[in-house]
Amino acid sequence: MTDAAAAPAVSEKAPAWRRATLVAERRENASARTLVFDVPGWPGHLPGQHVDVRLTADDGYQATRSYSVAAPARGDRVELTVQRVADGEVSPYLVDDLPIGADVELLGPVGGWFVRRPGAPEPAILIGGGSGIVPLRAMLLTQVHGSASLRVLYSLRSPAELYFAADLTAAPDGLDREVFLAYTRRAPDGDPRPPARLTAADLAEHGLPASLAPAVYVCGPTGFVEAVTGLLLHAGHDPSKIRTERFGPSGG
Amino acid sequence: MSGLSPGFHRRASSDGGSRADRLPPGQYLTEDFPVLSAGPTPRVDPDFWRFTVRTETGEERSWTWRDFLALPQEEPTFDIHCVTRWSKFDTRWKGVSIDTLLAGLETSATYAVAECHGGYTTNVPLAELTGGKAWVMHGYDGGPLPAAHGGPARLVVPHLYFWKSAKWVKGLRLLTHDEPGFWERAGYHNHGDPWREQRYGAF
Repeated sequence: MTDAAAAPAVSEKAPAWRRATLVAERRENASARTLVFDVPGWPGHLPGQHVDVRLTADDGYQATRSYSVAAPARGDRVELTVQRVADGEVSPYLVDDLPIGADVELLGPVGGWFVRRPGAPEPAILIGGGSGIVPLRAMLLTQVHGSASLRVLYSLRSPAELYFAADLTAAPDGLDREVFLAYTRRAPDGDPRPPARLTAADLAEHGLPASLAPAVYVCGPTGFVEAVTGLLLHAGHDPSKIRTERFGPSGG
Repeated sequence: MSGLSPGFHRRASSDGGSRADRLPPGQYLTEDFPVLSAGPTPRVDPDFWRFTVRTETGEERSWTWRDFLALPQEEPTFDIHCVTRWSKFDTRWKGVSIDTLLAGLETSATYAVAECHGGYTTNVPLAELTGGKAWVMHGYDGGPLPAAHGGPARLVVPHLYFWKSAKWVKGLRLLTHDEPGFWERAGYHNHGDPWREQRYGAF
């Protein structure tokens, strides 16, 4: 857990390219890897912001893709979680090939809308589909004792595709939060909920009521975001309180 | 730069191949049409749709959906470039030129702000909307423009990054001064020329 008070101020200048060295890694599951980069001079970031990663081949060819930051700011460390996209140009390399100690270039932080400031006073519902959990995990990890209620609803196909197991299935620690895992294809043994897409009943039971006017963050594939925002509007949430980030299919 | 990304190689097709000269710097080619929006998709009923142009002096003109479809229609094809780095070639559109919408209007405005259902705004210098450079589009690829892509109608300014092509557009406000819009105040460049890689700004 990161102390919100320790979060650095975010840059007021346009972002610049910096050299980033891979210093640690964590395999999330068969198709996703968390990469921890050391980025000297990193100006800090807010949960929900993203960065551009640029790779350079021996022949000088460069390719750049955007990834959400997966963890709160911590000095010069930037943590990304990347899912391998079939036929992708950049993600298979980042997931399978980039060795510890190697460099990429990184530009950021980018984006001032799909962000939650550490210590934000309003309650929030964080709803992720698949790898859409990545920016929401950064938001979750900035929650501190005494801060606003957080509810996380995470839609995933099966236990084998879980990200951030340690953070999302941790024992209660006194924070006002709940993490609900909605399995869509195969649930773990003993899960009373049959596998299904996120429903209005799931939102009602595990979210926060519209009457509390929570901030809502929804991140996932386009179809998922469209479906979930439809449920939220139907449940009476104010569209101006709903922030979305959609991705794919766009290669990667 | 040497010593970067050991073992990384180009993959065929993402760099535009023989059409690479049509790909602005830092972009890759996609065949898909990704959706990027800051909030829920507004569902706008064409029966209640209006498009309004307001000048800096408060003069207004507006069109109902039926009026709008009765205006001269154009069907241009062009490449589009998203700041999130995908580009898509040869997209086919149908709609009304901004020149048609502004014809005969008395204005000394130099900027315009597009206003949209859902509250989104974006700013463009007026000279970059006129002269056959921008349209309000209601058709895409031979059919109606889907809601997720901005239907019933969106602004399309193909020579700028695609966030300037505001979805669910409902009007243009003409101004004698610049007024940064939604993404322009949230970390993106005020102008957004993909050939000059004007992606990000200060925030």
